[in-house]
Order: sequence, then structure tokens, then C-alpha cells
Amino acid sequence: MFDLDRWREIFQSINKNKLRSVMSGFTVAFAILLFTLLFGIVSGLKNTFEGAFVDDAANSMIVRVWKTTKPFKGLQSNRRIQLKNPDYEYLEDKYDSKIDLMTARIFKNFSISYDNKQDNYSVTAVHPDHQFLEKTIIDEGRYINQLDINESSKVIVIGRLIKSDLFGEKPALGKRVNVGGISYKVIGIFSDDGGDNEERVAYIPVTTAQKLYGNNNYLSQIRIGYNQDLNLDEAIAFGNLIERDMRSKLDIHPDDQSALSVRNMAEGRKGVDVFMIALFFIVVFIGSGTLIAGIIGISNIMIFVIKERTKEFGIRKALGAKPSSIVGMVVQESVLITTIAGYLGLTLGTYILSLIGNNLEKDYFIKDPSVSQGLVIGATIVLIISGLIAALVPARKASQIKPVVALRAD
Amino acid sequence: MIRIKNLHKSYPIGKDSLHVLKGIDLHIKEGEFVSIMGSSGSGKSTLLNIVGLLDEHDEGDYFLNGQEIKNLNEKKGAVLRNKFLGFVFQSFNLISYKTALENVSLPLYYKGVSRKERQKIALDYLDKVGLKDWASHLPNELSGGQKQRVAIARALVTQPKVVLADEPTGALDSTTTDSVMDLLKDINNEGMTVFVITHEEEVADQTKRIVRLKDGIITSDTINVQRNPVKTV
Repeated sequence: MFDLDRWREIFQSINKNKLRSVMSGFTVAFAILLFTLLFGIVSGLKNTFEGAFVDDAANSMIVRVWKTTKPFKGLQSNRRIQLKNPDYEYLEDKYDSKIDLMTARIFKNFSISYDNKQDNYSVTAVHPDHQFLEKTIIDEGRYINQLDINESSKVIVIGRLIKSDLFGEKPALGKRVNVGGISYKVIGIFSDDGGDNEERVAYIPVTTAQKLYGNNNYLSQIRIGYNQDLNLDEAIAFGNLIERDMRSKLDIHPDDQSALSVRNMAEGRKGVDVFMIALFFIVVFIGSGTLIAGIIGISNIMIFVIKERTKEFGIRKALGAKPSSIVGMVVQESVLITTIAGYLGLTLGTYILSLIGNNLEKDYFIKDPSVSQGLVIGATIVLIISGLIAALVPARKASQIKPVVALRAD
Repeated sequence: MIRIKNLHKSYPIGKDSLHVLKGIDLHIKEGEFVSIMGSSGSGKSTLLNIVGLLDEHDEGDYFLNGQEIKNLNEKKGAVLRNKFLGFVFQSFNLISYKTALENVSLPLYYKGVSRKERQKIALDYLDKVGLKDWASHLPNELSGGQKQRVAIARALVTQPKVVLADEPTGALDSTTTDSVMDLLKDINNEGMTVFVITHEEEVADQTKRIVRLKDGIITSDTINVQRNPVKTV
């Protein structure tokens, strides 16, 4: 394998038969290029779908309420449903073992001002667990904690963009802002992967909101992080269970989807999982088909090349070449061409993928397409082996032809 | 050097078989310059192919340099050809993408000689056939006579025991035929056993021993008196 003379023979053979070498190389390079692009684009699709879930915790489910659309138990339709603290406590007690995280949400809109700057922002009143369910990233200070809830403290955690709107480059932590006429102390600044809109939000304790704005026990939503030990099917069943339970508790028709529903991330994930598995099988099928077409291509070329060189092999044998040296020469040449061509195909493919980058995200849902290291190595190994076999079979046959027959060939 | 006893060879043609060599007895000693004469179909090429280990015989005995040739596999055949035999073909059989020098040094590559040594020896032999200045030329840049001289240099480069020439002048005009035959004579005069196959009387006439073959049987085996003054009685 590391016989320098053998390599010289091979390079000479490749060099003197450029068209032949380029043709066989092209087949492989093209097959690998298509293979790489295909897998890259699919991984891009996958990234987009998975990206849809990075914003919120994967185990999140939200109990949401609107107005009834069906009369039930003598109650008319079009009745407004309101979640209250006892509902929250009911769920918390009843399903304790299946719940990891839990928070209520009350949505408000306030004008927030500091110094002479002011603007309108969404303000959401939450429990401490909201941080993990929303995947809020604390940049400075801290989030709402249980003590804030217990004491109904007038503290606020503001989004990165609110901070830059109101404070600019100046520090905001510990400063007092005016929220709808009431003074709150800024205890934290956060960012969020969900985009700009989610960084123009401020969080305050649930109890503070209930006390200051209406003095009631109303909640807009209840958000639950189900126990991570549940698998997707169990999680979906749990969501359905809560949905039915809450409907019956609030005297809602069991099928009234518009009055109360549970938005369960598990359902979305389940759908995407099924879709990705289907896509994966399709891609594996097409990808391996492409690879096989490339392998058949190079096999054809090798058979032709070896036939064409039969006379040369006859001459070499007459001069004292052993069959093994002829087989070795041809196989090594083929492996060299397939390896180099395959590598070129891979490099070109990954380069094209990197050019695509995130350009196709908006229109085609392809985000950051790329191929994994393992896939690249695997494809390369497949190539080398196929180059080996493509050459080995016809070369062994050719090397066993009697020299007198080979010399007659033309 | 070459001892053949009752050699038979047939080729299958469909269901029948064609009996080409029908019991050949031939003994060629070291240093001889033998020509095998015969018309096409007489079996002379078959004989050369068997002697040159390019083909196998069916029956009879063949000893090359005292070694019995029997059930050779391709590997052993290759080693023996490389060690004992040099070939000169009618159609030259040079490798088209290799220069004259590379063609001549190829047998040395298969013998396992180092690259430097190969090039030196090959250049010496090219010089011997008068083509030192053409060392870096490809075969298609050479004339027929030059190609055959490159082939002769290639046949000699491993210092074999026997040079086998199959119609070496078959593709050449009369002038170049003479120069190639002169070269073969020179080689023989240096002590090399030369075994030529031809159907041309003029070519056979320049060898020291003429064996005539017809329909697979040797019809005559004579010493060429005028070319072999030593052996004249």
C-alpha cells in the first residue's frame, strides 16, 4: 500500500488517462454531492421544526379559557369563563405527582415610564416557575421568587428591549419604574430566544397584580410543566385529562373546545416526531439510492476501463507482473479516485449548504442545513469500500486471463 | 536450456477440438540462435506461447533451464517469465502511455529493482539498441523499427536466459528488418539464446538453426551452415 513505485505507476496511469479518471471521479463526486445536499436540507427542515420549540419548555401545557359556545347544565352559551385561584390550587393538589412546574398568568398592558421616557408594554403576572416554562434567560439580577408572591411585592423583571428603550446604556437594576401609576422596583433584566416581542415584556408577581388591579382572584391562564418522566403519549393523555376535568369543574360542555382547551406541546412534538421519522425514511431511501447509483456508475466505468486495459495487463504479465500486482494497482487507483472525488463532492456539498445558511428559512423552512460528522465519515467509508469492490471484481477476473489471451485483446 | 518431449496442444472449437501441436520434440541448448519456420496455422506461434509460459501445454514434457513446467499458476508463471524469458512481439506491445525508458524499465520494476537502478540499467540497454536519445519519447513518436528496438531492449533488460521473438520483423520494411535482425544476431553473439518465429525465408536464413514446422509436426531441423561456421564439419 505504501509502495512508492506503485503510487508512481498509479499517478502515471491517472495522469495519462485524464478523461477516464475525471469521468469516473465525476460520477462519484456528483452522487456524494447530491447525498450531502439531500441530508443537509433535511437537517435544515428538522432544525426549523425543532426551533419552533426552543422558545418554550418542551413539557409545557397551557389551560386557556374563552367563552362557551354550547349551553350546558342549564347555563347558556356565550358565557365568559374565568379561571380563579381555587382552580389553580385544585390542579396543583390533584395532579401533584404529574406536575413538575406550575404558574398562573395574568395578562395586562401598562404604560411603563422612567425619567422622561415611556411606552406601552405587555405586563404578565406570574409565579416563579414561569421562568422555566417560558425559558426566560436572566441577564442581570433575579426573577420573581416565592417571597415576592407571599408579600405581593411591587417588583418587576423587565425584558432586554424595555431596558434599552427606557434606560439605554444606563444601569436599570434597582431603579424604580412607574407601571400604570404605581412604582415598581426593577429586580431583573431578561432575554428570550422567542424573538423581539418576547423581550418587550415585563413580569410581576401574580399576587401583586391581583391585589393592585381589581383586588380579585382572577387568572388569565394556568400553565403547567408536566413531569418529564411521562412519555409523549402519557403527556398527551394527561393534557386531555386536565381538559376534561377543568371543563366539568367549570360546568362547561365536555366538547366545548372554544370555552376551555389545553394547548399541549406534547401534541405538537408528537406530530413533528412522526413527520420527521417519515421524512427520515424517505431521505434514507433516496439518499442510499443516489449512493448506489454512484457506485453502479463507477462499477460500470471500472469494468469498461479494465476491459480496455486487458492488453496492457497481458503485456505486464508477459514481463513478469503477478496477478496480485495488477489487482492491487487497479484497486488502489480506483480507491484513490473514489476517495478524492467523494471528498470533493462532500466538500462542495457542505460548502453549498453553508452558503445556503439561513437564507431559505423564511420561504422554505430550511434553517442552518448541515451534515453531521458521522454521516460524512460514514459516506466516505461507503465510498472507499465501493471503489474497492467496483475495481476488485473485474480486476481479479482480468488478472486471471491467460497472457496469451490478454495479448490478443484489443 | 529448452527441452521439449512429445508436446501436444489442442484448442477447443465449439464441441470439437483443434489439434495444433501433435508431438513436438525439440532441444535448444544455451547460446543457440534458432528460428521456427512455418506457414500460418502450422502451430509455430502456439509453440512459442508454450515455450514462453504464456500458454499451457496439454501433454508431454517441457523443461526450461532444467525445471519442469507443469501446473503453473499465474503467479509462478510470472516469476519464471520475469527471470528467464524476454519477449519481442510482432506488434511491439509497448505500453502506449509510457516513455521508451519507462517501457524498458518495467520488467525491472516487476523484478523488484530500485527505481534509480532501474533507470540506469534501462538507459544502458536503450543505448545498446541505439536509442538513448529517444528515452523520453512515447511509443507513438517512434518509427516501427525504433519501437521494435525498444521492445528488444525491454526483452534484454532483465538479462534473461532466452529471448523469444514472435515474428519480430512482421510489421517492418526490409531495411528495418535487417537492422532488427542484426541486433538479434549481436545479442546471440554475446551468448544469449534467441528463439525466433517467422514465416520469412530471409529472416530464417540469418539464424544458425532452422526448424520447420508443418501442421503441428517438425518436418526438418537443420543447422544453417553458412551462419554457423563453428559447427561446420
